[in-house]
Amino acid sequence: MKKRILALVLCVALVAALSVGLVLGLAACNNNDDTLKVGLICLHDENSTYDLNFIDAMERARVELGFSKAQIVIKKNIPEGPECYDAAVELVEDGCDIIFADSFGHEDHIIRAAKEYKDVQFCHATGTKAHTENLANYHNAFASIYEGRYLAGVAAGLKLQEMGYGEGTTLGNAPKVGYVGAFPNAEVKSGYTSWFLGVRSIISGATMDVTFTSSWYDQVAEHTAAETLISAGCVLISQHADSMGAPNSCKEHSVPNVTYNVSTESSCSGTYIAGSRINWTPYYVYAIKALQNGEQIAADWTGTLATGSVELLEIGTAAAPGTKEKLDAVKAKLIDGTLHVFDLDTFTVGGVKLTSFPADIDSDAEYVHETAVDLSKGYIEESTLRSAPYFDLDIDGITLPQA
Amino acid sequence: MKSVTGKPSKFDAFVDKLKKESPIHIAKRMDAPKWLPWVVRVSAVIVAIFVCAIVCVGEGGSFGGFFTELFRASFSTGRRVVNLLQEIAILLLIALAVTPAFKMKFWNIGAEGQVLMGALMSVVCIKYLGTYVTNGSMSDGGLIFICLIAAIVGGAGWAVIPAIFKAKWNTNETLFTLMMNYIATGIVAFSIVAWVPAGSFTLGILPQGHLPNVGGYPYIINIIVVAILVVLVWVYLRFSKHGYEISVVGESVNTARYIGVSVPKVIIRTMLLSGMLCGVAGWLLVNGASFSITTETVGGRGFTAILVSWLGQFNPFAMVVVAFLVAFLTKGGSQLASTYNFGGSFPKIMTGIFFFIFIACEFFVNYKLKFNFEHLRKEKNQNECVADDVIDVQAEDDNKNNDATESNMDEEVTD
Repeated sequence: MKKRILALVLCVALVAALSVGLVLGLAACNNNDDTLKVGLICLHDENSTYDLNFIDAMERARVELGFSKAQIVIKKNIPEGPECYDAAVELVEDGCDIIFADSFGHEDHIIRAAKEYKDVQFCHATGTKAHTENLANYHNAFASIYEGRYLAGVAAGLKLQEMGYGEGTTLGNAPKVGYVGAFPNAEVKSGYTSWFLGVRSIISGATMDVTFTSSWYDQVAEHTAAETLISAGCVLISQHADSMGAPNSCKEHSVPNVTYNVSTESSCSGTYIAGSRINWTPYYVYAIKALQNGEQIAADWTGTLATGSVELLEIGTAAAPGTKEKLDAVKAKLIDGTLHVFDLDTFTVGGVKLTSFPADIDSDAEYVHETAVDLSKGYIEESTLRSAPYFDLDIDGITLPQA
Repeated sequence: MKSVTGKPSKFDAFVDKLKKESPIHIAKRMDAPKWLPWVVRVSAVIVAIFVCAIVCVGEGGSFGGFFTELFRASFSTGRRVVNLLQEIAILLLIALAVTPAFKMKFWNIGAEGQVLMGALMSVVCIKYLGTYVTNGSMSDGGLIFICLIAAIVGGAGWAVIPAIFKAKWNTNETLFTLMMNYIATGIVAFSIVAWVPAGSFTLGILPQGHLPNVGGYPYIINIIVVAILVVLVWVYLRFSKHGYEISVVGESVNTARYIGVSVPKVIIRTMLLSGMLCGVAGWLLVNGASFSITTETVGGRGFTAILVSWLGQFNPFAMVVVAFLVAFLTKGGSQLASTYNFGGSFPKIMTGIFFFIFIACEFFVNYKLKFNFEHLRKEKNQNECVADDVIDVQAEDDNKNNDATESNMDEEVTD
């Protein structure tokens, strides 16, 4: 009996020792794999509002996930060239398991790295090729920022109302607003059209002049563009470009301004009304958690108002009274699906209601608008066929620069 | 500076007073040994790296971590070594390209534009001939070769325009080549918009005309090409008749004319060579690295290369060392910035510190400081025993003697 007990004890001890050894050994082997490491490639550094938005979002995601600072590696000032591919490779060599990139032009170089390192996940913000590349480890993400811009447009409309525009007023129902855009591409067009539709939901007769600076960040060009719009009679300005050029110009001319990405309340108090931005934290948390749980990250992920990816910035002191309440009401409608930004009844193209909309969803060298977007629901579903915006129609009421 | 009347002006008096009384004199080194400049320069590099380390510690990094990260950035894996060599290669090639013109005292600061035009020509070939590779009527190697020829023509063409204007009408080549950079950037921007009418106006990776990887690493061919060109340019400048003519034109245009060298011919020929080398750099950037083009493809290397050429004393092999230091510090700087989460400007601060100290050290290569504290001591004595003229004179004599011995010693003692 004693011998049996001894044998049993010895067996248990042996098994225990073996399993402890195995666990310890595995832990030692997987030391690098257990602590997930995240890489982020930024086009510029924290001085650019665009990149700062990504860097801040990553820091919030880090806190939310309870990661240590050493688990996040950020590479800044990475141009849209082979440097981006090199940076991705170096991040892989440093043990990153998931790598994010923030600029449109990084896409091809990230894909190049993704093809080479199949067991590392690559997530590219604003890109368009994930759904056609069919790589299991390459993903695109964007947000339904058109909803945020629509809300900012509503705030602008309320401001116009406060300024005395509207039906039956002496100033009339046809104020002209201005928009400083970067490039005439789908992202910018979708952005200014949704903003304009927001304005028109309050002031139905409003019109808009748009200019393009051909740069995402050009302080002087944006300043001049805003000035030109103001002297052409625009009474309110918004922009889709990353510098303080347009907000400062509005401040100088006391013209109300709606911003993107950053609130200018501190420096442009009195002209800053509202703004919207994309919060990338939900996407970072989603993608990193998916990797942790061994789930496939979506090829295209679109953040929404509901996921917290689309945010309104603070309401400025210059905004019309009651703006917050109105925006909350509109936001609730957008979330529950009773209101749609690109409702076919709210705009016309070439004087008629839209009957078909071929969009350029798949990237190809000829930029063919190959995909017919479903209009049967009575509105255009933006950012569903792919995460990046594809609404690029020129709707009536918007005046584009003479080509 | 003598005043118009011939009398010594107040300024002259001030200068004289400074000369006599200043405790520090600057004197030109006349007979410094050959190894001295290199000792000064190597010390400058060491000082620069230590200043960078101090800045890093000040920012919240650690001293040991600074050196670990600095070296890890370039040497921790084979891939990183290749990336470092690629960066050196491109910078060095552009530095090689501007060197012949600089030796001729033709201030070509248009390398940025010349490389960009070379790159653009290469992209044009891929863009319009790529389909022939896809349908099999042309080999990829053939396309790469056509790209090379086109890039050389593009770079040389862009370089020869200011050279012709300089040779025929003696226009200012510095302004001319500088302006040509902006035009080249404009043409590239215009071409991209023409090719990419939608999207974010980004020309993605072109599928054809890629130089192959060697041994699993990219950039190897770039590195080999540049290594060969370093030797060729060195031979050309050092041993060829052309190289000699370049030196003569650089020393004195009149001497060149006197010995029968056609100066316009040398200017145009040398700038063609500069432009061709820039074209090769553009070709390597497109076919060997980016497979695409943006206005930032050259990324300021055309200007950094000018510094590399100068600091390398126009010697191709010395330029290798300088290019290595620049690339090594830039890579180390960005590694440190990402490890310690510094601001994005940190690599620029590091290279800034390096250039500042490295250029400043040229002062000590050419000049030396002479300290003359005896004089101050003498002044103190003077104040104490104003009445005693004898001592005063004595002191002055002593001072003179000291001065002499000190400067003799300076000649021998090195920094």
